[in-house]
Amino acid sequence: MIDLIGKKNIFLGFSGVIVILSIILISVFGLRSGIDLKGGTQWEFAFKSNQNILESQVNDALKKVNPSADATIKKTDANTFLIRLGEVSEETHQAYLTALKNIDEVAEKNFSNIGPTIGGELRRKAFWAIGFVMLAISIYIGFAFRKVSEPVKSWKYGLITLITLFHDVIIPAGLLAFLGFSQNIEIDTNFIVALLVVMGFSVHDTIVVFDRIRENLLLRRGKKIDLKEVVNASVNETIARSINTSLTLVLVLLALIILGPSSLFYFILTILVGTIFGTYSSIFVASPLLYLWGKSAK
Amino acid sequence: MANPKKLAFVLTLLVFFSALAAFFDYDSLWQKFSSFRPWNLGLDLAGGSYLVYDIDLSKVSVSDRSSVVTGLRDVIEKRVNLFGVSEPKVYTEKSGDQNRLVVELAGVKDTNEAIKEIGATPFLDFREVAQEEGTTTLKFTPTELNGRYVQSAQLNFDNLTRQPIVQIEFNSDGVALFEEITARNIGKPVAIFLDDSLIEMPTVREKISGGKAQISGQFTINSARQLIERFNAGALPAPIILVNQQTINSDFGKNSLDKAILAGALGTLAVIIFMLIYYRKLGVFSSVALLMYISLTLALFKILPVTMTLAGIAGFILSIGMAVDANILVFERTKEEIKRGLSLTAAIEEGFRRAWTSIRDSNISTMITAAVLYYFTSGFVKGFALTLFLGVVMSMFSAITITRTMLRVFLKNKPLTIKKQ
Repeated sequence: MIDLIGKKNIFLGFSGVIVILSIILISVFGLRSGIDLKGGTQWEFAFKSNQNILESQVNDALKKVNPSADATIKKTDANTFLIRLGEVSEETHQAYLTALKNIDEVAEKNFSNIGPTIGGELRRKAFWAIGFVMLAISIYIGFAFRKVSEPVKSWKYGLITLITLFHDVIIPAGLLAFLGFSQNIEIDTNFIVALLVVMGFSVHDTIVVFDRIRENLLLRRGKKIDLKEVVNASVNETIARSINTSLTLVLVLLALIILGPSSLFYFILTILVGTIFGTYSSIFVASPLLYLWGKSAK
Repeated sequence: MANPKKLAFVLTLLVFFSALAAFFDYDSLWQKFSSFRPWNLGLDLAGGSYLVYDIDLSKVSVSDRSSVVTGLRDVIEKRVNLFGVSEPKVYTEKSGDQNRLVVELAGVKDTNEAIKEIGATPFLDFREVAQEEGTTTLKFTPTELNGRYVQSAQLNFDNLTRQPIVQIEFNSDGVALFEEITARNIGKPVAIFLDDSLIEMPTVREKISGGKAQISGQFTINSARQLIERFNAGALPAPIILVNQQTINSDFGKNSLDKAILAGALGTLAVIIFMLIYYRKLGVFSSVALLMYISLTLALFKILPVTMTLAGIAGFILSIGMAVDANILVFERTKEEIKRGLSLTAAIEEGFRRAWTSIRDSNISTMITAAVLYYFTSGFVKGFALTLFLGVVMSMFSAITITRTMLRVFLKNKPLTIKKQ
């Protein structure tokens, strides 16, 4: 049996440190926006040749078409290149392609060119979506727990859910800010979707614990309630299922991250990190907070 | 509790439908029997191009806008169909005040050609001409008459010069407009613009009421033919600007699909192994229910049909990891009830009843997320939101209804005690 409430300062402290670290990482490094959020061009192509083609050769070819071409060129695989450019018209795209063909036969893998308006629009929508999901879930939890109002008011369950959601989202975001700094990883629409998914999932475990607290409180209705004992018992009764439900998700996430397509790697990584911290927060953050708040309200 | 015969019948039916669904899902087998509903793969998996155009409606009156947008979509659709793409998708989207046209071309090899062709849809308009005072500069005032009023076009030859000319015929609204404009400009030139450049500037001799006009710019037979073909496919009722282009190579897409399927299969296997090790006999039932869930959900995606994108498949694989969650909650609860002294069957019933509130609340949270995602996003992400939402709904069905029916049928008459853990 874990004495959750007795050791609450350690658990909450651990979370606090990581959250603060994440916020520092985000504010120092910022999140690098991908082209779908800020506009621009991403272009991947592969040369068919066996000979080794250098990044500088590609750069020279592009410069021949447009001397002011400001391209980030990255060789990702055997003669496969990933290029990032500003906005490019279709004519310029074709001119670049012709220039590349002069080096050797080349096949385009994918080409995306996104205008800045669309990018800005997506970013705006993303912020709204994240805020809206947080709010909607918290309100729903507040509503679903309306029957328990003693000793903790039901809207507080909602508000604590909101805090844990923030916790679960800010940590993967901090990780991505760090990866953006160390490995030039950019966040894209997929990243935002991943955060939303994390919120949807991480709340599952929080609900399981809260649901048990709700049940135990209703059982003791009319008697003197020892909140510490109720919270501790509830967490211990449900800890196995909280971990198991997350574990099944972690299993498929691991399969996807190891075997799945590389284009989904950071998408899955974000969800994986979010799920792990989400499980932690529902056990070690949500319940202590509920206890602290319930206690101080007396 | 329902009677055992009825339960067995329901279960047989569920198993039968799941088997049928599995057969339907496995396309390479299914296609041998029927061509009904092949998998509908998104561009990122099938390869192809995704083009987004801004529609410039600044010159269209507000009341006409929705009809212009619809007309534009029809025109582009005809145009896209001309170059024989299998099932091209052309649709409009509205984002704030900006109307957009989205063109999805699956399996197109030469995107450049496609973009040229779409952009080449001619934008024809008539403008009135006035000379600015004291100068020789001409001032063109756009009229309402433009390509959207063209009904048809045909090739003709000038009687005298034998030069090819393009004869256009207006529809009824166009006839009235043309009459009005020519009446207003007798003795004056009227300018004909094609894609914003001046083609010719004939002088109006009299009011023209037949609704026919000739364009006799410097056409070759080929250029005239091309223009006519484009007019007959329809002229653009409003100009469009390409703002977003994504092209995915089909081999690249196929490779991603294969990897995602492999990851999904092994992920499922891992979940099943975990359930068997941890919950033993109960795990067997949830594993069977999970396989039925996969089969039925995929069949639902296929029959609707949901366009399967990489993100959509990822969403579905995630829902596999969640689908057993409800089972875990029920089984854990069942264990507790057994400890409390209930018989196995009673404990299972109680487990389902008591776990229901947390299953409901957590699934509703995910549904809220999926609904917000669906509403706020477009394109690829919408597919993810849809598969996630349907996956969650189906998983509630499989984890509750299917598993419970199986447990009721198979555990009904077993000895009432099991080892207490």
